[in-house]
Parts: sequence; structure tokens; C-alpha cells
Amino acid sequence: MIEVRNISKSFGDLQVLSDVSLDVNEGEKLAIIGRSGSGKSVLMKHIVGLLKPDSGHVYVDDQDLCCVPYERLRELRKRFGVLFQGGALFDSLSSFENIAFPLRYFSSLSESEIEARVQECLDLVNLSDVGAKNPSELSGGMRKRVALARAISMEPAYILYDEPTSGLDPETSNTINDLINHLASELKVTSVIITHDMHSVLEVADRVAFLYRQDLEWVGPVAEIHDCANPNLNSFVRASEYKIGDSSTATSLSEPSP
Amino acid sequence: MLDSLLAPFRALGQYAILIGRAFASVNEIRMYWKNLFIQMVRIGIDSVPIVALAAAFSGAVLTVQTAYQLETPFIPKTIIGSIVAPSIMLELGVVVAGFILAGRVGARIAAELGTMRVSEQIDALEVMGLNSVGFLILPRVLAGIVMFPVLYVVSCVVGIGTGIFTGHIGGFLSVSEFLEGARQFFQLLDPFIGFIKSVAFGFIVTSIACYKGYYTGGGAVGVGDSTTQAAVLSCVFILVADLLVAMLLL
Ligand SMILES: Nc1ncnc2c1ncn2[C@@H]1O[C@H](COP(=O)(O)OP(=O)(O)OP(=O)(O)O)[C@@H](O)[C@H]1O
Ligand SMILES: [Mg+2]
Repeated sequence: MIEVRNISKSFGDLQVLSDVSLDVNEGEKLAIIGRSGSGKSVLMKHIVGLLKPDSGHVYVDDQDLCCVPYERLRELRKRFGVLFQGGALFDSLSSFENIAFPLRYFSSLSESEIEARVQECLDLVNLSDVGAKNPSELSGGMRKRVALARAISMEPAYILYDEPTSGLDPETSNTINDLINHLASELKVTSVIITHDMHSVLEVADRVAFLYRQDLEWVGPVAEIHDCANPNLNSFVRASEYKIGDSSTATSLSEPSP
Repeated sequence: MLDSLLAPFRALGQYAILIGRAFASVNEIRMYWKNLFIQMVRIGIDSVPIVALAAAFSGAVLTVQTAYQLETPFIPKTIIGSIVAPSIMLELGVVVAGFILAGRVGARIAAELGTMRVSEQIDALEVMGLNSVGFLILPRVLAGIVMFPVLYVVSCVVGIGTGIFTGHIGGFLSVSEFLEGARQFFQLLDPFIGFIKSVAFGFIVTSIACYKGYYTGGGAVGVGDSTTQAAVLSCVFILVADLLVAMLLL
């Protein structure tokens, strides 16, 4: 269980989060949505203790990340798999070695077991044959998926996905959405999914948290997202629907006018 | 105003804490063996050619110029050897190597860690449960401390060797005259001080570069800044340490 309690964070004069509180329950899939620059990634980094809040607390399994000794924090972090927005792959290592990296340091698997596990993770993200390639030889979407494979390789209890489907084609996006659902249902993973992609939200999320102007404006079940009373969330949701409507307008515009 | 006056002290404190944390993780050294070995090759073995080249030129120039300055019939030629050999062991061999390595090793480490910082690779290490400070910094600093003395030996051997060779080729000093002069005034203290300096320079170059790289901020420009500062600061502190060691031990 992850509990975020009243955290505030500024960088210099820029206030990014102000008094944000949020619970992520065991086994649920929580989507965090919000505009670009609203502080979603910053919030995620607080959850694994990469950033310290100016005020407030983050509890993971009842332990306060701000106050635990560093060694304890490291133990807590091993329960997490984190997909960074930019992938954060080690560019000096091949894809295979990236995924094998945490296994080599923190598991007791033999070399052949590691190989099998890495291949399994690559298969899960639909990238069976890129193990030998370096991150610089991969496309943006492929990098993202290798990073996802690395995040899940240790079978963590919590997975934080920072925009898992951004930059992916619709079909691959669906594969990733299915994977997130699969991990949650089969391995009882607790998932936090940061995304702009409303399709993905509807596919995977149990609950949605909407970050707007430094604060969580709305938190609720995904089913209520369409008829909530919050005007900002309404316009956010409508904006993504508008895109679909927009493309049909575009088609009709391209037809010869009578 | 006060803030900018305090900034260097704050940086020094931050540096000391970072390097302290790196050494505090020495109990996990077993996890870093492989990394240590890789760094020893990159920092040490890969630097041999450039260090040897610099040593060769400084050895040759020193011999030629010393011979030129002592060009009088009243001073025995062996004195050239007695001046060149200790100068290289005491000062030139280690300082020239130090400067070269500040550029080659320091800049490389700062750029490497800086890139890892801005592309969130350091965050990724942390999130996996690794101690990124220990994992990244300890092997590099240890490799510097171990390999700079090795490079110092290379530098001395090549420098003095080239000095002898230059005298011989130039026809102004025979091999035996050089060696006799060098032997006459040889003191074990000279190479010992050179060795101490090389250990100090190894620590200075790698630790400053790690500090600059680890705390890089803001994209490609940030990496560029860290790299430059690492090289420049290393050179400055090499000069300071050179003087300190000389004053303390001579
Ligand atoms: N390390 C940092 N130093 C200074 N400012 C930062 C830092 N990290 C984030 N910010 C600022 O915090 C704000 C929120 O950033 P964040 O990365 O959380 O946005 P986001 O919601 O994830 O956006 P996106 O959807 O585009 O990824 C931005 O204005 C950003 O400039
Ligand atoms: Mg983000």
C-alpha cells in the first residue's frame, strides 16, 4: 500500500505539487492523468523516494520514505519496478544486459535462468529478437518496451508506469495495456499508470486521479470519469474525445464539397 | 551576495559527503569488482599511450635544455643526468601525467556520469535498489588511486629513457655519463614523493570528476559544463596538491 500524505514540492520558484494526498491500494490499477507539465512524473519520483517532498510524507508499506535509513529505502525500492518516461536504459549495455541487470545483482538465478527470464520478459513486450541490440539502435517505442521489460523482470509488487503507451502505435499500445492487466490479475501487482492516453485509462484503470494545477482535483472510479462534476476533468476528457471527432471532421472536410 | 561567497564551501561539503558515501559503501565491494576491473582498464591501460607520449617529449626537452643551460667546460656533463632524472621522478613525470589525465580521464568520467544523470540512468540504478554512489563512484576513484601510480612509473621510465636516448642521438651526452650522473645523486625519496603525488592526483582527478558528473543538471549544456569544470578544477587542485606534498615532505 502506498500512501501519499499532503506532499508539497517546489523547484526554486516553481511550485509543482501543493498538498497532494493519494492512496494506492493493494492490487489496484490507478491511473494518474493530467496535462503535460502538471507534475505527474514528479509525483511518481516521490513515490520511490527519488525526490524528497518539501513537506508531507510518503508511506510505502507503512514506512515513511523521508525518514527511513538509506539501506531500508533500498530494500523498499526493490519492491518496485519503475518505467521511466524516457526509458532510462543503460546505453552502454545491450537490451539483454539491461533486462538482466537487476537479475544479476539482486537475484540468485543462474546464468541460464537469467537468460530464460530475460527472453520471457522480451516476449511479453513483443520484442523477442532485439536482445543483442544496444538502446541506441532501437526506435523510441522499442526502447520504451525494453525499459518496461526491465521494470518487470524482478517481478515487483508495485509497478510505476510513466506513460507506457506514449509513442506507440495503437496495436502495440493494446499489447502493453493487456500486459499491464495481465500482470495485475496474474501476479497481483499494484500498478500506478501515468498517462495521457484516455483509451489506455479506460482499458486498464480501476481508479483515476486527475492532477491539475499542483493538486489532485479529482480521484474516483474510472466508470465515473464521464459524468463527474469537475469542469477541468470534463474538458480534459472531452479533449481526447474531440480528437477522434476531429479526425472524422478532417475526413469529411477532405471530401469534395457539393 | 553572502550566498555566492558560501557557494564554494557548500560545494566542498557536498563533495566531501559524496566521496565519503562512496567509501562507506566499501562493504559492498564484491558487487563492484567487475566495475572496478573495467575502470582500471579504461583509466589505466587505455591511458598508457598518451602518458608515454607526453613523458617522451618532456624527457627529451628537459635533457636538451638542461644540456644547453650547462654548456660550460667547468661543469661535468654527468650533472645533466643528475638534474634530469630527479626532475622527472620528482615533478615532471607525475605532473605532466596528471594534467594529461585530468583531461583524458577526468573529462571522460564527468561526461559519462553526467549523461547518466540527465538521462535518468542514475535514478534507474537507485530505483533498482543499488547504491548508485558506491556503484558508480567507488570503482572509479579506486581505479584512479591504483592506476595513476602505474602510469607514473610508465611516465618516469619513458621520460628518463627518452632523455638518455636524446643525449645519445644528439651526441652531447653518452649513455654512461647520463647514468652515472643519475646514480650519483639518486635518493629513494625522489621516486617516493613522486609516487605519493601520483596517488594524490589519482584521487583528485577521479573524485572531482565523479562529483561534477554525479551532480550534473540540465541536459547537454549541463554535461558540457561538468566536463569542462572537472578538467579545469582537477588541474588547479593538482597544482595545489603538488605544492602541498612538496612542502610537507621535502
Ligand atoms: N528536476 C527538476 N528541476 C526543476 N524543475 C523540474 C524538475 N523536474 C520537473 N520539473 C518541473 O516540474 C513540472 C512538472 O514536471 P513533470 O515532469 O512532473 O511533468 P509531467 O506531468 O510528468 O509532464 P509530462 O506529461 O509532459 O511528462 C514541470 O514544470 C517541470 O519543469
Ligand atoms: Mg512526465
